[in-house]
Amino acid sequence: MFRLAARSARPLRAVRPAARTFATSRCVREEHRQPTSLDTFTEEEQMLRESVRRFAVDVVGPKVREMDENEMMDPSIIKGLFEQGLMGIETSAEHSGAECSFTSAIIAIEELAKIDPSVSVLCDVHNTLVNTVVRKYGTKEQQDKYLPKLSESWLGSFCLSEAASGSDAFALQTRAKKEGSHWILNGSKMWITNSYEAEFFLVFANIDPSKGYKGITCFIVEKDMGVQVAKKEQKLGIRASSTCTLSFDDVKVPEENVLGGEGNGYKIAIEILNEGRIGIAAQMLGLAQGAFDKAVPYTFERKQFGQPIGTFQSMQHQMAKAAIEIEAARLLTYNAARRKEEGLSFTREAAMAKYYASVVAQNVSGQAIEWCGGIGFTRETGIEKYWRDSKIGAIYEGTSNIQLQTIAKFIQKDYSS
Amino acid sequence: MRPSPARLLNILVPVKRAVDYSVKIRVNPQQTGIDTNVKHSMNPFDEIAVEEAIRMRERLPPGTVKHIKAISIGPPKALDVLRTALAVGADSAAHVALPENAPAPEPLAIAKTLASYINIQNSDPAKVEKDGKVDVVILGKQAIDDDLGVTGQMLAGLLGWGQATFASKVEVDVGKNEVVVTREIDGGAEEVRCRLPVVITTDLRLNEPRYASLPNIMKAKKKPVEKLSPSDLGIDYTPQLTTLRVTEPPKRVGGGKVGSVEELVERLKDAGITGV
Repeated sequence: MFRLAARSARPLRAVRPAARTFATSRCVREEHRQPTSLDTFTEEEQMLRESVRRFAVDVVGPKVREMDENEMMDPSIIKGLFEQGLMGIETSAEHSGAECSFTSAIIAIEELAKIDPSVSVLCDVHNTLVNTVVRKYGTKEQQDKYLPKLSESWLGSFCLSEAASGSDAFALQTRAKKEGSHWILNGSKMWITNSYEAEFFLVFANIDPSKGYKGITCFIVEKDMGVQVAKKEQKLGIRASSTCTLSFDDVKVPEENVLGGEGNGYKIAIEILNEGRIGIAAQMLGLAQGAFDKAVPYTFERKQFGQPIGTFQSMQHQMAKAAIEIEAARLLTYNAARRKEEGLSFTREAAMAKYYASVVAQNVSGQAIEWCGGIGFTRETGIEKYWRDSKIGAIYEGTSNIQLQTIAKFIQKDYSS
Repeated sequence: MRPSPARLLNILVPVKRAVDYSVKIRVNPQQTGIDTNVKHSMNPFDEIAVEEAIRMRERLPPGTVKHIKAISIGPPKALDVLRTALAVGADSAAHVALPENAPAPEPLAIAKTLASYINIQNSDPAKVEKDGKVDVVILGKQAIDDDLGVTGQMLAGLLGWGQATFASKVEVDVGKNEVVVTREIDGGAEEVRCRLPVVITTDLRLNEPRYASLPNIMKAKKKPVEKLSPSDLGIDYTPQLTTLRVTEPPKRVGGGKVGSVEELVERLKDAGITGV
């Protein structure tokens, strides 16, 4: 880091934000590090935030409405994300990644969501689900083969849910049968994000139903192997993000594409969705902030009864409460992210962050529409879009009821004898 | 006659940490200046300068541009702006550190600093051996917070170099040792040809700066930043100008409608406009 020269002149106990060294995804814990506030970031993280913000405002911003109306992600946006290095945030430089901290990924997801939650979820699923699974559970060969592609040009998709298994993920029906040196996959997946544009699929299939969930295995499936997009869903919100049903009809997958070992799929899924939760929390947080940032300036311009409506006390109290909720969601999200980086347990915190951020997103985006009155209700200004986009927060990557259940289990464990 | 060997370019890009363009400017209560407790970022015209330096490297044959250095004169926070320049593609940076609460340096002091820095660089045999002499200085035409727009010109004067200001297009011909610059002037556009070394100031239409991609932000950490103090360069930053008063523009008041040309002339005469 640059501050080497300056650092040697300063006493060791000086507390500065730049004292954090989360330059890589490995956990780094300095012995004498002073605790800092939760909105403290390294210089790289701050620069990343600035850079993503500008990209989001300049490149994504003008296309948001068009993508939402057409229910289609603009390919130039996906290309732009790859070019900015935002699709391999935690991946090592050896694999063409940016080798940044997990919090950096969270920052990028948050900043993108302020402008378009659809673009944000594309980046989130690719980084926190797809890339992380390959990085954590892949063999060296699998990592060398796929991580560079995932950093540079291949969009990834995480295929767990099916028509009959959402929250009850391990009741999945997709089967894999061994034939010689290949596995033959049969079944279908539903509600799969990024699936329309993806080249790379992580598919969870059961190799031995008699073992129940212990037969679930994670397979790396390339589009060319025969993945078919059966149906693209027409949704209420995040319409630009592709959500499709996928069909696997005797799809032949080489045995070296088993990821993490046979029968370990359920473990991979549980652990990875834990992290993914923080990503969704960041998306919902960015959404809430984006709606707030769009609506509040308007209230200080719109005059009724001789004064800007934002100066009426009822409005002010509403805006203050919304700001408190956003701040609380932010602290939950960033604390969960930092705990993960530090190697501390974070399941409870991640569940709390995701649950609360999705609630705040709904509340604040709904209020944002009301603050803007009729203008808020029309599609032209893009304020109502935040509200439509927020609804999914309580549903995907673990429904709100599941999050509450997770938290309740911790409470029961801690408080019952 | 043997042609002289192709010159390698060493580009210096002075950048300023200025009030961000999106900030709503407010005059301070003392009416001595604007409230500077707001968001700052790299002066947009300087961003264009950094971008142009990188594009010169990309346009010319590989290796022609030997070194791109960003330099800033300001308080410790000016480092942020230098980091951004490094993240976008500069090779190294230099920071002339001023005390935290010092008054903003004036253009002549900045120009003197840059001239001093360049002269020290160009007369040090080791540095010349390594990166060549600084022969192109490219910077923004003006800073968006003070709109003074004179630093580039003063620098050229102090160095005795040619200058091409308000550039909307820059073409370097290393073989001929010159640059051809299209300048934006009031009447349209003007093309000038300058011998190297040269000072170029950038105008809005020169290019659209790129975003610092994440891998480049991480690479920027390893790029060297030289720290200098005013005494290293022998410059005095005591302000030579006194700002008497800063006020907001007068609020617009409503106009009035007139019924005929005669009435218009009458009203203009009443307002004291005697040319009619």
